[in-house]
Amino acid sequence: MVAKTEKSAVDLLKSPGMTSLFKSLKLKTKQQELLIRVTILFLVYVLAFITRLFSVLRYESMIHEFDPYFNYRVTQFLTQKGFYEFWNWFDSESWYPLGRIVGGTLFPGLMVTAYLIYRTLQFLRFAIHIREVCVLTAPFFASNTTLVAYFFGKELWDSGAGLVAAVLIAICPGYISRSVAGSYDNEGVAIFALLLTFYLFVKAVNTGSLAFALASAFGYFYMVSAWGGYVFIINLIPLYVMVLLITGRYSMRLYVAYNCTYILGMLLAMQIRFVGFQHVQSGEHMAAMGVFFLMQVFYFLDWVKHLLNDPKLFHTFLRITVTCAVGLGAIALGVGTASGYISPWTGRFYSLLDPTYAKDHIPIIASVSEHQPTAWSSFMFDFHILLFLFPAGLYFCFKRLSDATIFIVMYGLTSMYFAGVMVRLILVATPAVCLISAIAVSATIKNLTQLVRAKSKASHSASGKGTISKASSKGSLDQSLPFQRNGAIALLLGAFFLLSRYAIHCTWVTSEAYSSPSIVLAARGAHGNRVIFDDYREAYFWLRQNTPPDAKVMSWWDYGYQITAMGNRTVIVDNNTWNNTHIATVGRAMSSYEDEAYDIMRSLDVDYVLVVFGGVTGYSSDDINKFLWMVRIGGGVFPVIKEPDYLVNGEYRVDKGAAPKMLNCLMYKLSYYRFGEVTTEYGKPPGSQILYLLGMGLSPASTSAYISMVVVKLIFIKNQIWTKS
Amino acid sequence: MGATANFRKAIIFSVLFFYSMLLVKTLSSSPPSSNLQILTAERRIDLTSHIVRVYLTLKVENTGEAPAAEVLLAFSPAQFDHLALVKAAAAVGKKKKKTYLPLEVNPSDHPDAPNGTKYYSISLLKPLGKAESITLEILYMLTHSLEPFPAEISQSESQLVYYHDSAVILSPYHIKQQASMVKTPTSKVESFTRVEPTDRSGTELRYGPYEDRHPYSYSPVIIHLENNNAFAVVEELEREIEISHWGSIQVTEHYKLAHAGARHRGIFSRVEYQSRPSISGVSSFKHLLAELPPRVHSVYYRDDIGNISSSRLRTNSKKSELLIEPRYPLFGGWKATFIIGYGVPLQDFLFESDGGSRYLNYTFGCPLSETVVDKLTIKVVLPEGSKNPSVKAPFTVEQSMETKYSYLDVIGRTVVVLEKKNVVPEHNVPFQVYYNFNPMFMLAEPLMLVSAFFLFFIACIAYLHMDLSIRK
Repeated sequence: MVAKTEKSAVDLLKSPGMTSLFKSLKLKTKQQELLIRVTILFLVYVLAFITRLFSVLRYESMIHEFDPYFNYRVTQFLTQKGFYEFWNWFDSESWYPLGRIVGGTLFPGLMVTAYLIYRTLQFLRFAIHIREVCVLTAPFFASNTTLVAYFFGKELWDSGAGLVAAVLIAICPGYISRSVAGSYDNEGVAIFALLLTFYLFVKAVNTGSLAFALASAFGYFYMVSAWGGYVFIINLIPLYVMVLLITGRYSMRLYVAYNCTYILGMLLAMQIRFVGFQHVQSGEHMAAMGVFFLMQVFYFLDWVKHLLNDPKLFHTFLRITVTCAVGLGAIALGVGTASGYISPWTGRFYSLLDPTYAKDHIPIIASVSEHQPTAWSSFMFDFHILLFLFPAGLYFCFKRLSDATIFIVMYGLTSMYFAGVMVRLILVATPAVCLISAIAVSATIKNLTQLVRAKSKASHSASGKGTISKASSKGSLDQSLPFQRNGAIALLLGAFFLLSRYAIHCTWVTSEAYSSPSIVLAARGAHGNRVIFDDYREAYFWLRQNTPPDAKVMSWWDYGYQITAMGNRTVIVDNNTWNNTHIATVGRAMSSYEDEAYDIMRSLDVDYVLVVFGGVTGYSSDDINKFLWMVRIGGGVFPVIKEPDYLVNGEYRVDKGAAPKMLNCLMYKLSYYRFGEVTTEYGKPPGSQILYLLGMGLSPASTSAYISMVVVKLIFIKNQIWTKS
Repeated sequence: MGATANFRKAIIFSVLFFYSMLLVKTLSSSPPSSNLQILTAERRIDLTSHIVRVYLTLKVENTGEAPAAEVLLAFSPAQFDHLALVKAAAAVGKKKKKTYLPLEVNPSDHPDAPNGTKYYSISLLKPLGKAESITLEILYMLTHSLEPFPAEISQSESQLVYYHDSAVILSPYHIKQQASMVKTPTSKVESFTRVEPTDRSGTELRYGPYEDRHPYSYSPVIIHLENNNAFAVVEELEREIEISHWGSIQVTEHYKLAHAGARHRGIFSRVEYQSRPSISGVSSFKHLLAELPPRVHSVYYRDDIGNISSSRLRTNSKKSELLIEPRYPLFGGWKATFIIGYGVPLQDFLFESDGGSRYLNYTFGCPLSETVVDKLTIKVVLPEGSKNPSVKAPFTVEQSMETKYSYLDVIGRTVVVLEKKNVVPEHNVPFQVYYNFNPMFMLAEPLMLVSAFFLFFIACIAYLHMDLSIRK
């Protein structure tokens, strides 16, 4: 609703009614414009924040999902123990018995940001809990992103496009999905940092200002400290520079901007322990370095060209120099790779370039729902009208090519490709899509309103002078398009309709799909009352309170972060999937016969096993549903586990006709322990819901990717805590 | 720990037992004056909950010459440690017009008491003259006095406990006639020590009547009975009562709840627990009832990891009842920590006294019903700028002071900290905190905010009107 009014406010700016109103307020036009712009920006800022509060209002101020629980735990540690303790933290509660050097294996940007906000508020005597800070960090940064989007849009096109971009990004579901209150994840601050870096870099390229290049380097540093997605920046910017070089847009401004940003950004990024020397040692970062040297070659050539006035001589020189430079670069890269100094590309990087790579080589990446290729419906769901405004925006960008628009075009196209490869990367594409769409919206509406206003002015003056003068003044235009004014009005109305549909869609998506904490589930009871299912926290809190403090809990890795954060107990594996063998061991234990599993668990020193089972009501993202991934990952390391053993004719079954190995493996035994005695519905014999479970359609191909899209309605999940010996 | 404690108890009892055998002959002079004698004594021991309540009716007569101003109550050291509360009242008037006048009870120290017997002395309203008699009604409560045996039970078993006491009343005075009645929660009593005449019918066990027992007579008995009541013990409770003169009192209570009954052994089967509630997990408890003041608002119930959705609040004009359900049913030895918070209107609890100072009148103790609190800390956070706090409590509490910083505080708020161990529901009586407060302090924080915003706008205006560029 608010979005709608604001969006219309953007365009009311130019409507005649508002101008007359503002004339009565004795302000200069420029002041009026400034006032309206600041007001709109302020409202967008507030809107971006409050639209992300659905989950707090509907549930409570809590941390969502899986990874945010780790971030929250780390932030708590940081606030309690201070920065140096945090930097040197060896966490023995995860990856038992290996442990994890937390300080050196995370991106600290998010936690440090929350910590600083918390400290500032404490200093100002706002006695709030660190949890509240963590919950509201993502919405706060989303608000800041809208400001950056405004300035970026202004830099790319004009301030109108900036305002539209700010509004679009404030409520775009693709971004909201990762930045609702409680979604305390790296992406929450990273998108802000990403857009800020890009904006400052474009600004530096446009102005050639060293100050902006420096600011861009710091933006990059913040991005590196916050999220692994910085690799996108360090590859996109060189690519952009390459394109500028190829299209002959090399300039001193570009030289200053790129060199300063790259060198300083690289040096700053090395300060992050998790990144370290990757900027000079890893294959993913080599493109930036290559382009850096290429820039120097260009500069040198420019200088030589300046000295030599003979174009023929220069061309010969150019050929030799470029050949030498490229040859040297190739040799250096080859030697570096061969000697092992430059590490090859990682699996994650490959899986980005080739969507089928992960499925064949790294099941652990493929098993995560947010790493699945994106379905068309998700694009529609997350972008709505932006999906077809995007090409229109590209058209406008190409029509008015500049260094800045080339950048946004490249950003948009590359990120759209990545968004197609992985669901979660829709997030990276969102700012680009919003900016390009904003250009389309702003340019279209500007043109249309100009037409409408010109026409009305003309008719206004014509009413006094007569129709002949009007026809003569605008004759040529009128003759070519007879219903121009009406058409423009119709198109404007259409645009407003579309934009308001967008606002409604965004609000609906935010409230229905993206505001569930996934720890707590809500459903409607038989009488329409709201029923809350809190079984996850029940289990975690039981572990926290009633098990020995040094108890080790084995579960599938999805629950690792939650068990350590909420249960405060040691886990074998968690969501930081750095050790595939360890995860495979757990997968093997789950898919072995009970006695074998017992031995494996003894060797891992396990005291408790946590299994999530949703069979009682058909909660579909339970462990039985994920079980085939355990088999695959386990089998990837231990060949004794073979996937076909668990399938019947290539089909995954959990009923009577299931494979014998399936019926006797630990996971099945734990899940269906005394299941026949459970009565789930009145009037049906106990155990009858097994049939219901089959109706859910479990097949090897079914992944939880689909589930996150479906609004899950449940009645009850059963958490079985199985106490051993 | 438990084993040594039991061993020690066993030693104490055996020593006491032998001693009481010898006592009959050897002990003729007890440290306190034995001019008093008890004509009739009736004791009713209520074991239906996990808090042992003992009602004692004594008819005391002065046989000596000198008037007696106090009557002593004797306790064995083991019982003395578990004693939460001793109350006494004198019965005045005849049958129909009987009224009770509360008497002052204080622990009294007699170092030469036999076997470390501990005493409480009841101060009579007026000294008891020669050959006069008075009827005293005494109530004392023991906590942690029901010892689970077996100490560990599985989900399907019911909880059995031991209760140790003496068949005759331990007293420094000669008791002419006495009887003790023990009320058990169910008719299931595994075993009990017989000290003839002993009689058992239904849920009542009767020891006595015994005639002419000498001072310090003691005959230990052990009753092994079934008790499946909620052994809800709050190991630590911290209540923070924050006063705001803007119209509200905010109470935050941090609980560390435990089930102090027989420890749970083996697995917990949810299937079993839900399908057969009558025989599975009978000694466990699922919910507790908290009684909050009327007109309570913004109640929350949460713990370290978030809101606990299972609670019900019923309010009426007399009281509010909050039914809380921990995240999981509590079995023996299981624990749960949680926080309850609520606000109450200021005018219900804050009053102005004659001297111009203000006082808070609030209930001491724990709002949960039938719960023992091992350690209770009450923190009364006075508004910023209040002076001269003083406490008036109906019983002895440890006091200290702290400073707390809350929203926009500059000098910090004075916190009055009260501590008491072993608190039972009967301690839920009002206490008062007096302090002086100048209402001008109420305006400090709003003024601070106003001036901060004012300065911000001034700065904005100044920035817009100044030209800071170096180039001209």
